[in-house]
Amino acid sequence: MEPIIRTKNLSIQFGGHKAVDRVNFEMPEKHFKSIIGPNGAGKTTFFNLLSGELKPTEGDVFFRGHSLAKKSSVDRTRMGLGRSFQITNVFPSLTVLENVRLAVQSKEKVRFQFLKHYLHYKKITAEAIAILDQVLLSNKQDAVASQLSHGEKRKLEIAMLLALDTEVLLLDEPTAGMSLEEVPAILEVIRQIKARGDKTILLIEHKMDMILDLSDSIMVLFNGKLLADGTPTEIMNNETVQNAYLGGLYDGELVETS
Amino acid sequence: MGMKTTNLVSKYHIFFFVILIFLIAFPFVADSRTLTILFTQIFIFAILAMSYDLLLGYTGIVSFGHAMFFGIGAYATAILLNTFEPTIGVFIGSMIVGILLSAIVSFFVGLLTLRLKSHFFAMLTLAISGLLLVVAEKWRTVTKGNDGFTFRAPDIFKDRIVFYFCVLACLVIVFLLLRRFVASPLGKVLIAVRENEQRTRSLGFKTLHYKVISSVVAGVVASLAGSLYAVSLRFVNTSVMTMDITLDALLMTIIGGVGTLVGPIVGSVVIEFAQHYLSGLAREFPIFERWIIFFGIIYILAVVFFPKGIVGSIQMQISKWKSKKEVRKTFALPEDKERAS
Repeated sequence: MEPIIRTKNLSIQFGGHKAVDRVNFEMPEKHFKSIIGPNGAGKTTFFNLLSGELKPTEGDVFFRGHSLAKKSSVDRTRMGLGRSFQITNVFPSLTVLENVRLAVQSKEKVRFQFLKHYLHYKKITAEAIAILDQVLLSNKQDAVASQLSHGEKRKLEIAMLLALDTEVLLLDEPTAGMSLEEVPAILEVIRQIKARGDKTILLIEHKMDMILDLSDSIMVLFNGKLLADGTPTEIMNNETVQNAYLGGLYDGELVETS
Repeated sequence: MGMKTTNLVSKYHIFFFVILIFLIAFPFVADSRTLTILFTQIFIFAILAMSYDLLLGYTGIVSFGHAMFFGIGAYATAILLNTFEPTIGVFIGSMIVGILLSAIVSFFVGLLTLRLKSHFFAMLTLAISGLLLVVAEKWRTVTKGNDGFTFRAPDIFKDRIVFYFCVLACLVIVFLLLRRFVASPLGKVLIAVRENEQRTRSLGFKTLHYKVISSVVAGVVASLAGSLYAVSLRFVNTSVMTMDITLDALLMTIIGGVGTLVGPIVGSVVIEFAQHYLSGLAREFPIFERWIIFFGIIYILAVVFFPKGIVGSIQMQISKWKSKKEVRKTFALPEDKERAS
C-alpha cells in the first residue's frame, strides 16, 4: 500500500549545522508513530519540514505519493497535513471559542464569506463547542486565549488541530509543560482519536509510558539522523538506541520515565 | 450568556441611535454655519479613519501611503466635475470612477508589496504614494499641479445642510457595512492575520489574499472620503495626497482606539475639534499657530498612556468592571451577600 507520508533524504542545514540529516521514513495510513530523541535531535525541525514551515535544503516529502516540494504550509494543511505547535501558538487576544471557530471555518471552507454575520454560521460555532467539550475546555470558551494557563493553552492548541479535522495529525509535544493532573485529559483525547481509527498520527513526546501505550511504531532521531524505526518492542531492545541513550550520550527523561 | 449579550448589544444600539438623532437634528437646531461645516469635515475624516482602522486595527497592516487613495478619489471627482456639467449624476459617476481606480491601484500595490514584512511594506507604500504625489504635481494639464483648481459642485450641494446629510448618510452606511464586514467570517480571518499570521496560514488560510482584500476595501472607502472631501472644498490640490492626510488618519485611529471602528469616529471628532479651536486661539497666543506641536504631544501621551485609545480604554474598563461583577457573583463573600440584601 502507498504510504500516506514518506520522506526521501530529507535534510536541512542551518549554517554548518545539519539539523535534519537525510531522513528516510514512511508511514502507512491510520498508523500511530511516535518520534523520540534527546532535545536538539531535530524532532521539531523535522515537523517543520513536514508541515512546510521550513524548506528542506535537500530531499523531499511525499504525501500519498505526491511531492510536497512546491507546496506551502497552507496547501499542506488543505491537503490534510495538520499540526499542533510545541511552543503555544494561538491567537492571543481572541477568545478560546473564536480560536477554535477559525479552525472549523477553515475546515468548512468558509473563507471569503463577508455578507453574513459570523454568528449566523451556527454549525461552525456548534462544532467548535463540541471540540472544546472533547478537550475539557468548554468552561473557558469565552476566556481570552492570552489569559489561559499553560496547560489550557496546550489544550486549545490540540482543539484547533482537531477542528481542522485533517487526515494526518502532527502533534508536537502536546503535554509539554503541563502539570501532572492535566496530562491524563490530553492523553485521553489522543487515545480517543486513535480509537476512532480514522487518523494518521505522528507524535513527538518525551513521556515514555505514554509513547509505549499509544504507538504502533517508534522512530528515534539522534543528531538529526534517523537512528531506528520499528515497533515499540524492537526499539526498546535495539542496541544502537540503548547505546545512544544509555551509553552516557543521553541522560534525559527516557531513562527516568521508562 | 446569550441573554446578556443581546442586552448589551441593544444598549449600544440605543447609544448610537441617540447620537444619530442628535446629528440629524443638529443643523436645524444650531444655526451655526461653521459648526455644520466642521461636522461635515469630521464625518469625511471619520470615513477615512475607519478605512485606515480596517488596515491597522483589524488586519495589522501599517501603511504610510493611505493618502493616495484619498487623493485618487478627490482628483477623480474634481476632474470629472470640472470637465463635465456639475450634475449629481456626474458626481456619483466620479465617485465610482475613483472607487474603481483605487480598487485597481490598491489591488496591485497590495499584491506586489504585502508579501513583504510589515516595515518594508510600510516603506513601499510611502514610496508609491510619493510617486503618485509627484504625478499629481507634474501632470499640470490635468491637475494644475501644486496650485490646484476650483470647480463647481452640483447645485444641490450648494446648500450646506443637504451636503451635511449626504455625508452623514455616507458615514452611517460605511460604518454599518464595515461593521458587518469585520464581523463576517472573512473579517474574523483578518483579525487572525493581525494576531498571528503564521498560525493563520497553518490553519489553511492564504493570508496574502486576505491582506490584499483588506487593502482594497480600505482603499475604496478612502477614495469615497476623498470624493466627498473635494466636493466639500470645491477645490483640489496636491495636499490631498500628502503624508499629512495619512498622518491625520493614523492619529485619529490611534487616539480613538485601534480595531474598534467607533474609535476612528471619536478620534476624528477629537482631532478636528482640537484643530479647529487650537488654530482659533492663534490670534491671542501665537504659539497656537503651531498647533501641530500639541498634536505631537497628545500623540505621544496617547501612545504611552492609552495605547488602546479612547474607545479601547473605555471598553477595557467596562469588561474589567463586568468580570469583577462576575467574580463577585460566583465567589460571593458573606459580607457581599449581606451588603446586597
